[in-house]
Amino acid sequence: MSEKNVKCESCTNQKSQKFDEIANIIDLYKDKEGSLIQVLHLAQEIYGYLPLELQKMIATSMEIPLSEVSGVITFYSFFSTTPRGEHTIRVCLGTACYVRGGKKLVERLQEILNVQIGETTQDGKFTFEIARCIGACGLAPAMMIDKKVYKQVNVNKLESILSKY
Amino acid sequence: MINVTINGKHISVAKDSTIMEAAKANSISIPNLCYLENVHKFGSCRICVVEVKGAKTLQASCMTVVSEGMEINTNSDKVRKARKVLYELLLSDHSKDCLSCKRNQSCELQELGKTLGVEETRFEGEHSEHYLDTSVSLTRDMSKCILCRRCVTVCNQIQGAGVLNAQNRGFDTVIGPAMNLPLGSVNCVYCGQCSVVCPVGAIKETDAIQKVWNAINDPGKRVVVQAAPAVRVALGEEFGYKPGTQVTGKMAAALHALGFADVFDTNFAADLTIMEEGTELLHRLTHALTGSHAALPMITSCSPGWIKYVEHTYPNQLDHLSTCKSPHMMLGALIKSYYAEKIKINPKDIFVVSIMPCTAKKFEISRNEMKVNGVANVDAVLTTRELAAMIKEAGIDFRGLEDEEFDNPLGMSTGAADIFGVTGGVMEAALRTVYELVTGREIPFDGLHVTPIVGLDRVKTAEIKIENPVEAYKFLDGVTVKVAVTSGLKGANQLMEQVKNGKSPYHFIEVMGCPGGCITGGGQPRSSDPDVRMKRMKGLYSEDEGKTLRKSHENPYIASIYTEYLDHPCGHKSHELLHTHYVKRGIYNELTEEGSSEKELQPVKKNAPKRSVPSENTADVHSQTHKVHEQIESERILALEAENARLKNELDDSLETVNIFKRVIADYSNKRK
Ligand code: SF4
Ligand code: SF4
Ligand code: SF4
Ligand code: FES
Ligand code: FES
Repeated sequence: MSEKNVKCESCTNQKSQKFDEIANIIDLYKDKEGSLIQVLHLAQEIYGYLPLELQKMIATSMEIPLSEVSGVITFYSFFSTTPRGEHTIRVCLGTACYVRGGKKLVERLQEILNVQIGETTQDGKFTFEIARCIGACGLAPAMMIDKKVYKQVNVNKLESILSKY
Repeated sequence: MINVTINGKHISVAKDSTIMEAAKANSISIPNLCYLENVHKFGSCRICVVEVKGAKTLQASCMTVVSEGMEINTNSDKVRKARKVLYELLLSDHSKDCLSCKRNQSCELQELGKTLGVEETRFEGEHSEHYLDTSVSLTRDMSKCILCRRCVTVCNQIQGAGVLNAQNRGFDTVIGPAMNLPLGSVNCVYCGQCSVVCPVGAIKETDAIQKVWNAINDPGKRVVVQAAPAVRVALGEEFGYKPGTQVTGKMAAALHALGFADVFDTNFAADLTIMEEGTELLHRLTHALTGSHAALPMITSCSPGWIKYVEHTYPNQLDHLSTCKSPHMMLGALIKSYYAEKIKINPKDIFVVSIMPCTAKKFEISRNEMKVNGVANVDAVLTTRELAAMIKEAGIDFRGLEDEEFDNPLGMSTGAADIFGVTGGVMEAALRTVYELVTGREIPFDGLHVTPIVGLDRVKTAEIKIENPVEAYKFLDGVTVKVAVTSGLKGANQLMEQVKNGKSPYHFIEVMGCPGGCITGGGQPRSSDPDVRMKRMKGLYSEDEGKTLRKSHENPYIASIYTEYLDHPCGHKSHELLHTHYVKRGIYNELTEEGSSEKELQPVKKNAPKRSVPSENTADVHSQTHKVHEQIESERILALEAENARLKNELDDSLETVNIFKRVIADYSNKRK
């Protein structure tokens, strides 16, 4: 009944390979000042996201308390602790965008994607998040998909924007 | 020295002192909140702002260092207004249920409101989502947290436990364990040091008062109480006495008045512990010196926070721990066996309450290893603070009480037991007895105090040479016994690294989990007196010196409990009742069964609407607060903007590093191929 029986062997192998790879990186960067953020970046790059299990491994090998590691991860929005979609949508809810209809964008996207904020769509395509000011206040409301910024977004155009991905 | 002007007064102050320190040295007090003298300086609340001539913004006086010629105004109109607004903003995200809050009337946030003269709260803002996390020892109610981070400093810098840290950011910041896991599921040792420094009701002991009242009101129960040594020199502070005042007699009287059937003394069991632990040490030494195996150094086991720390951090060194239960557990076990037989009562009808300076003891009584035939040794633990609350609740005029005595047969103790409550005390008590057992002579120290291990230093050591031992211990002749004493987990860590690496030169080590020992345990009254540890320590030593009998083996009731019941130290009965074993946990509890479950904390929504999208009227509050900010100073906004810019840069930098690292990884995998 244990979980092990359920998991397919090649997944488990892949996972431990990735963990090994991350362990190697930690060995390289461990003693450098302030290297935690770099290690986390690389780990996320390799593993896709930073689940608790991985955080524990990083905390142990870097000799940093787990609470500090998770503190750093949850502080920066570019780290994720849940599996991520292929693309990340971030709708700005900074003051300017909020006032100029950012909230409508959020509502509509929730409908289209059928997810709540912070979640990933069923098909694993999009992760949906909100941001606080992405520096396009003049052309609010704004949103980002991955690194591309969309300005003065019209609610009715959302579907066609998404269809490009 | 540096010359400055504060409020028009010319003064000279020590170089490197902060404005706050300079002001204090000159009898000017500046309101503050997050700052904690000698412990924590972080600058998060900004309540301590002052005006410095020439500076664009108001300065946080707890962080700003004085400079030559500085002109400071701690009490200008601008400063007073700013403080009030900052205070009101704090309150706007606070649950404010003072009437039902444990810290009502002993709350630094309330006190500050009084000092600042705040009469209204203009902002009712949105509340961040909050967690209510109840563990056996501590309860965290994050709707009251003001993010001062004192607990973070104490848990990381002082205790080195690293359990609490800031999670998330900005408005969503919450102080807690990794990923908001419940305290009870991580490596928290329940030392409660965080609950002592918390200025508000955000971290406190998990309540046992109601359970105790229920037991007292239950006619089918005989409710027996015992009190630890350190309680008697601290309880008085809750009733206006100076730290360190011995209120032993009044405490016994109050316990009788509360309705406890028997008022026993944990000190009695401290004497018993010395007999058991001293014998265990001699056994281990005998084994080691006669060629068989024994885990040395032996380490004391009275402090349940320390025990949990070892179980998490050094799970492979558990055999170094003495197998003795902590004194109150021993006494609990005896009350439910020896005493129950004596008064012919079914142990199941006895309810044992321990008054402890400690929050970890609440956890200790729940341990399965501490049960005898499925019956817990102790049923409830009240902290010193909780006892004070009960005394007040019962309307007992503590100051007016006549002194009373503890009840026999489990109420008498020697001076050696009193000093169990302070770092170095258990060791000294043990040496007084062991040295005399081995040599037949008194320990050769003035006033029986083993001076090198007295005091509040982090790690203390001593060596004692055994000469001319009695016949039974001839093999110890000429042996130099080396001992070490530490309190607080940072020092313990130092000594344990040696043990782990097989490099520890000691035979016997005393560890107490809290800095200074039980006198500053996590359940003791909160104090603003920086010398509180010293004063309580002196209180305990003078309690010791005031007794005629000062060596555990001289306690006549100890002698009779061995003849009547236990037979001899470390004998069969002792092992059944007074000794225990430990559990391998691992830092993430990975060595325990429950350790694998990673249940997320259930956030409670006290006053806390789910914050996904801000609602119309909160935007209103935001603009309102922004306006107020701009009126007084735009400091915080500037800081936020600067932070935004910094983060953007950081993001770019990070992306760049990622690219570099990608190349590194590529190199790597190429090399491997
Ligand atoms: S912590 Fe908050 S609710 Fe409790 S007494 Fe203080 S101000 Fe009131
Ligand atoms: S009880 Fe001790 S170990 Fe646990 S969180 Fe508080 S300070 Fe840290
Ligand atoms: S829990 Fe208490 S000590 Fe810790 S940050 Fe919050 S208010 Fe401060
Ligand atoms: S508020 Fe949306 S870009 Fe600034
Ligand atoms: S007391 Fe100075 S910033 Fe809080």
